[in-house]
Amino acid sequence: MEQRLKDALFRQLVRLGDDCLILGHRLSEWCGHAPMLEEDLAMPNMALDLIGQARALYTLAGEIEGKGRAEDDFAYLREEREFTNCLLVERPNGDFAHTMLRQLYFAAFMQPYWHAAQGSAHDGFAAIAAKAVKEMAYHVRHAGEWVIRLGDGTEESARRMREAVDELHRFTPELFETDAVTDALAEAGLAPDPASLRPEWDRVVDEVFREARLERPQRFFPRSGGRAGLHGEDLGHLLTELQYVARAHPGARW
Amino acid sequence: MTEETPLWEVFIRPRNGLSHKHVGSVHAADAELALQAARDVYTRRGEGVSIWVVPSRAIVASDPARKDENFEPAASKIYRHPTFYDIPEEVGHM
Repeated sequence: MEQRLKDALFRQLVRLGDDCLILGHRLSEWCGHAPMLEEDLAMPNMALDLIGQARALYTLAGEIEGKGRAEDDFAYLREEREFTNCLLVERPNGDFAHTMLRQLYFAAFMQPYWHAAQGSAHDGFAAIAAKAVKEMAYHVRHAGEWVIRLGDGTEESARRMREAVDELHRFTPELFETDAVTDALAEAGLAPDPASLRPEWDRVVDEVFREARLERPQRFFPRSGGRAGLHGEDLGHLLTELQYVARAHPGARW
Repeated sequence: MTEETPLWEVFIRPRNGLSHKHVGSVHAADAELALQAARDVYTRRGEGVSIWVVPSRAIVASDPARKDENFEPAASKIYRHPTFYDIPEEVGHM
């Protein structure tokens, strides 16, 4: 593979790894605090799916980079500005409605992404996609069913769901952003073009929203910058907790 | 809580060819969420290939106070067990 494409694939793998790690960590924050025991297992289950994907993505990124970096180096030893996750995944959990909507928004993008990535010209990346596509299909279903029940539930659950839509919808356009990295990879058949997944995302979200009696905001101000390492304040707090042990005890094994 | 999320009994089939076995229960608002809760609670270690959930209130149980009259009469009827036949070796496990 020529160096230009290697660099692009490396950067895309880190982006995806960061998305998975950060959202996985956010979901893990619910462990022990969920509204019911069943969800107290369901959310860490989803968190572990995502952290498993992050591990595979970071490991492959390290191999392609060829500088001896392993998964832990990416997760624990990078600064905030080096993280290139989209802003959606770092948003605080808020209430259960926020968490489930965030999960639906993200999974409805990643499920078709992985579906398409199964055909990648890079075998290792295609293998990660083949495993992840099933995991994300369940996330879409689980989060979607909750959004439907809360949106079309009681007066209070519907209000909370509408507030979540108002808060989080502005972070969704960033999912579909393209740049030199995604263009090069799409052209070489290495990874899907994010913009091409928009119709499928629209279809899934619209179907859930119709049943949930929710509406997309007519006007909103799209937020972006995560892919360039420009994050909100919340990511710093998240990384402090995520990286504390690894940084306090450098090189420790457990 | 329990009015909004009633109890469901969960049955898991571990492999094709085996029957579903009762493994426990979950709270859930409706059948679809009960299936998902059962999946998340009881199949995390690869325990199953199929899940049934049944509303607990739909289960009719025998009365524990009638345990003796229900089950003791069977204890003395060992002739009901097919253990008095010699099975030819060629038959193998039955």
